[in-house]
Amino acid sequence: MAIHFQRELAKIKKSLLTLGALVEERVRMATDSIEKRDAALAGQVIHSDHDIDEMEVEIEEECLKVLALHQPVAVDLRFLVAVIKINNELESIGDQAVNIAERVEIIARRDTVDFVFDYTEMTEKSQNMLKQSLDAFVNLDLDLAFKVLLLDDEVDKIKNIAYDRIKEAMADHPESLGHLINLLLVSRHLERLADHATNIAEEVIYLIEGEIVRHSKMW
Amino acid sequence: MNRDLKISAKNLSFFYGGFEALHDISLDFYSNQVTALIGPSGCGKSTFLRCLNRMNDLIPGIRVKGEILIDEENIYAPSVDVVHLRSRIGMVFQKPNPFPKTIFENVAYGLKVNGVKNKNLIAEQVEKSLRRSALWDEVQERMHESALGLSGGQQQRLCIARALAVKPDVLLMDEPCSALDPIATQKIEELIHELKKTYTIIIVTHNMQQAARVSDVTAFFYLGKLIEVGDTDTLFTLPSLKTTEDYITGRFG
Repeated sequence: MAIHFQRELAKIKKSLLTLGALVEERVRMATDSIEKRDAALAGQVIHSDHDIDEMEVEIEEECLKVLALHQPVAVDLRFLVAVIKINNELESIGDQAVNIAERVEIIARRDTVDFVFDYTEMTEKSQNMLKQSLDAFVNLDLDLAFKVLLLDDEVDKIKNIAYDRIKEAMADHPESLGHLINLLLVSRHLERLADHATNIAEEVIYLIEGEIVRHSKMW
Repeated sequence: MNRDLKISAKNLSFFYGGFEALHDISLDFYSNQVTALIGPSGCGKSTFLRCLNRMNDLIPGIRVKGEILIDEENIYAPSVDVVHLRSRIGMVFQKPNPFPKTIFENVAYGLKVNGVKNKNLIAEQVEKSLRRSALWDEVQERMHESALGLSGGQQQRLCIARALAVKPDVLLMDEPCSALDPIATQKIEELIHELKKTYTIIIVTHNMQQAARVSDVTAFFYLGKLIEVGDTDTLFTLPSLKTTEDYITGRFG
């Protein structure tokens, strides 16, 4: 029974990593579309989101099945709980990629651009957080998980800068309010994306340490 | 929660002839708590349980080192009356083992052996014990029928009533549900929850889920040693030692 059970866990881990890779790819496409103002690429992100949703449901069902049939304890229990939660976070990150893509579709429609905010640093950092949180999960790397928590503060800072800059631009270009609001929302979606990556890192910490670090400002 | 120290094993070693079945065990048990002893077969958990009411004394060639204090009194002191000790520390076994007598006589037996003659007192205590073991409603109409006509689960609750009748303050249970179906098991487990309000309970079980469900504290034994002891919820979510984790997650061997 033990070997059979370990196989089930390995299968779940593999499925979660497949979902992780898929979500990373969608985030990459969404952030590329910001930079290139590429509505077609943004459209691809929007129309392929159901793949992620389906996988999320499959993984959750698989976890529930294993919980019911094997009633795991200790590290196995923590693993399954972490997977269920990371699975949700990945799906939410997929949604944020769609949100970004929706903004980009609108932004890209404009012919003239009075103002741009360079999101390169913010997208790089958010993507890094996602990658590192998943790496921390694969390698059970506590240090890396804590590093992700620190990176989140940096992303928040850039979001605040974007807010100030776009607010100024709104005063200077009141005729472009719609465009600027969409531009501002991109920063909001990127910041949320980074938050979900932070949540993944927190789940990894729980998996390794058995301690729930959410809501505690210990780092 | 009440944390009155009830039983304290201090550096207990136990030998079957030359074989050291228990090695230097120090373990405390508190009043009104259920402690589960878990571990693979042959790890010493049942031997340890049987040390607590000197049940092992009946086996030739055994030797005990260290001490077990119950209410601060060493039960291995020469002055201890073993019969009296066993009335204070009741025991329930793996297989229900009612006497081939009536239900009433089974529960009354210990009282009679202890010299209680007052019939009213006996009847009162029998009813009280059967109520405590959650069996009264099922048997009150058939008190004078043979106990062997009861179902396995009922027989086990009868054995618990029999143990309770002599007013122990500690209840030892050696795999009390291993011969029972899930429904009877659930009844015994509910009973354990009830009984811990009055008694100190120590249960040996092979069923890890059962240990997790019924106990407040879990002690893990392996190869005659106490490996880890802790609050049950912690032990089953985040054990401190890898050996414990390997055992409870089924990664042994």
